[in-house]
Amino acid sequence: MTSHVMPAHSDSHSSADNYLTASKGFLSWAMTLDHKRIGLMYLIGTMTAMFIGGFLALLLRAEHLSGTPGFVSHDTYNQLFTLHGAIMVFLFIIPSIPGALGNFILPVMLGAKDVAFPRMNLCSFYLWVFGAIFFVGALLTTGLDTGWTFYTPYSTNTSQTNVVLATLGAFILGFSSIFTGLNFIVTIHTMRPPGMTWFRMPLFLWSLYATAIIQVLATPVLGITLLLLAAERMFGLGIFDPKLGGDPVLYQHFFWFYSHPAVYIMILPGMGIISELISTFSRKAIFGYRFIAFSSMAIALLGFLVWGHHMFASGQSEMVTIIFSALTFSVSIPSAIKVFNWLATMYKGSIVLATPMCYALSFLFLFTIGGLTGLFLGALATDIHLHDTYFVVAHFHYVMMGGTLVAFVGGLFYWWPKMTGKMYNEFWGQISALIVFVAFNLTFFPQFVMGSRGMPRRYYNYLPEFQVYHVLSTIGAFLLGFGLLLAAIVLITSLFKGRKAPANPWGAATLEWQCSSPPPLANFEKTPTVGNPYDMQSVVWDPDTESFVRRGEVPIVPDESEQPAHA
Amino acid sequence: MSEHHEGHGPSFSHAMSPAILLGVFVALIVLTVVTVVVAGNPLIPPGFDIIVALTIATIKGALVVLFFMHMIYDKPLNAILFVFSLVFVALFLGFAISDTDQYQHRIEEYEYGQIEQAS
Repeated sequence: MTSHVMPAHSDSHSSADNYLTASKGFLSWAMTLDHKRIGLMYLIGTMTAMFIGGFLALLLRAEHLSGTPGFVSHDTYNQLFTLHGAIMVFLFIIPSIPGALGNFILPVMLGAKDVAFPRMNLCSFYLWVFGAIFFVGALLTTGLDTGWTFYTPYSTNTSQTNVVLATLGAFILGFSSIFTGLNFIVTIHTMRPPGMTWFRMPLFLWSLYATAIIQVLATPVLGITLLLLAAERMFGLGIFDPKLGGDPVLYQHFFWFYSHPAVYIMILPGMGIISELISTFSRKAIFGYRFIAFSSMAIALLGFLVWGHHMFASGQSEMVTIIFSALTFSVSIPSAIKVFNWLATMYKGSIVLATPMCYALSFLFLFTIGGLTGLFLGALATDIHLHDTYFVVAHFHYVMMGGTLVAFVGGLFYWWPKMTGKMYNEFWGQISALIVFVAFNLTFFPQFVMGSRGMPRRYYNYLPEFQVYHVLSTIGAFLLGFGLLLAAIVLITSLFKGRKAPANPWGAATLEWQCSSPPPLANFEKTPTVGNPYDMQSVVWDPDTESFVRRGEVPIVPDESEQPAHA
Repeated sequence: MSEHHEGHGPSFSHAMSPAILLGVFVALIVLTVVTVVVAGNPLIPPGFDIIVALTIATIKGALVVLFFMHMIYDKPLNAILFVFSLVFVALFLGFAISDTDQYQHRIEEYEYGQIEQAS
């Protein structure tokens, strides 16, 4: 049998081949070391997880159409919200941008052939698959009803579901995340091309770098926490159980020491995408490049110091609570720096409302609401009232879904022509962005209102006064599902009906737009020229190739009547 | 030195002078003694002994990393990242222990009450 293993740096292919056509067969994908194929496999995996998690969310929302028991039992309800949270956090949001878009784009943006450790990259993907299998195992055997946080003592003493299987899944997924982070750190340190200094590096790479540092430093704590949890459940070790001399609040310290930085693992890459989108579609250099780059690092570091704000109502001591509250407010500074710089970038820019930009604008709006409502929860007095209500649910969905997911979809539309070589239908892409934006607000804004009026989260039933908000939220959720499905349909349809994508359809100046779409196996046929990644004047529209090209590569300055591909 | 990595291929042997090694050793012993003294000292306000002990532990860890593990000869960024990870461990343990320390007396009072009730 001929070997289908595709070496990362093979030069045995024809120059007309791209990474999709260079080799064929199942094994050529399953054993590939090519970062682009691994990125695509991550994309398919994480999108599948997202649709499963989203389906579970729709079941939850459908159950809440009335405040009386509906079509699922209370036990099933507990399992639905647990699996929705666990699948979305561990299988989708954390790995999605670094694993799918990061893997694909990072080496190309660096002008490199691959990541530093291609085998570790493939291993990271398979660890993700194994972790997912463990999760599905828990789903199909006993379900899981602990909430995605696996809080003790419920998870160790009471729950009859397969907690150990699910925690082992999360443990394995943690290794996958560490491998990706380690790979990105080494790649960015050692494989930048000549001329690409730290401050000539695209901001998406800065954000992936900051994310990778958190992945490497924080994820091991999750690993040991889950092992301790499993050990206590299986062997009765007294770590978190007070009867055995343990401390359940200590579990929360352990868990949130990872899981709060994990929030930044989720949002930082999204912020990196937004920096690229806003600059490209404003046709303007990013405003405050260094501030945005340093704010990514500041968020990564400060993100380690605020985990206690998840525990204000846990019995945590007063002194520590006050310190954590003060530190929590400090994180808002670098986040606000980014938002103001994005706004300043758009100011007087030539804004093109292409689909990725529509998603970027949605991000700005939704993330700002999510961030500002975090201040209510960081303040001690208001948090006591709002803790464990729907206000918290709305807050983190505005950040995680309105932030990360919307940025992810925007980034996917942006790099889709590069990844697949096909242009999608711009009109329907824009419609999907509009539906997602409206439906998202319809889903989660009522949750702010009912949360502030006292509707607790994770409750199976509710009082009649909350029904109107729940109905609005459920209608919004189904619309949101439709919007995301439409986005998926637009992208998938483009694979069959889309016109061929040029090398640089958007007029961006980062290196990935210098190679053909889709890229060749080794990414570049000739070594790319490193320049300022945000110098939009360095590229001009070339009507012959229907692509933006670097200035100097077209003989004549184009006529102003010529329109770029996405206009 | 760093030129080992950049100019002349990898080399992992560095001649560390005995004086430096001995100096680091003495520093580690002195810091250990300070930790013990602080731990039992009634003059130190409650809660501060943890901060002092973890600060000393971090400094000791950094000394081991920089000199015994030769990170001081590596690229500065690598040493900074390594030492930062020690700082994060100290912060994590510091906050967690300070917290449990604050409410420990309530747990003990409760347990004492339970025992009294039982007897």
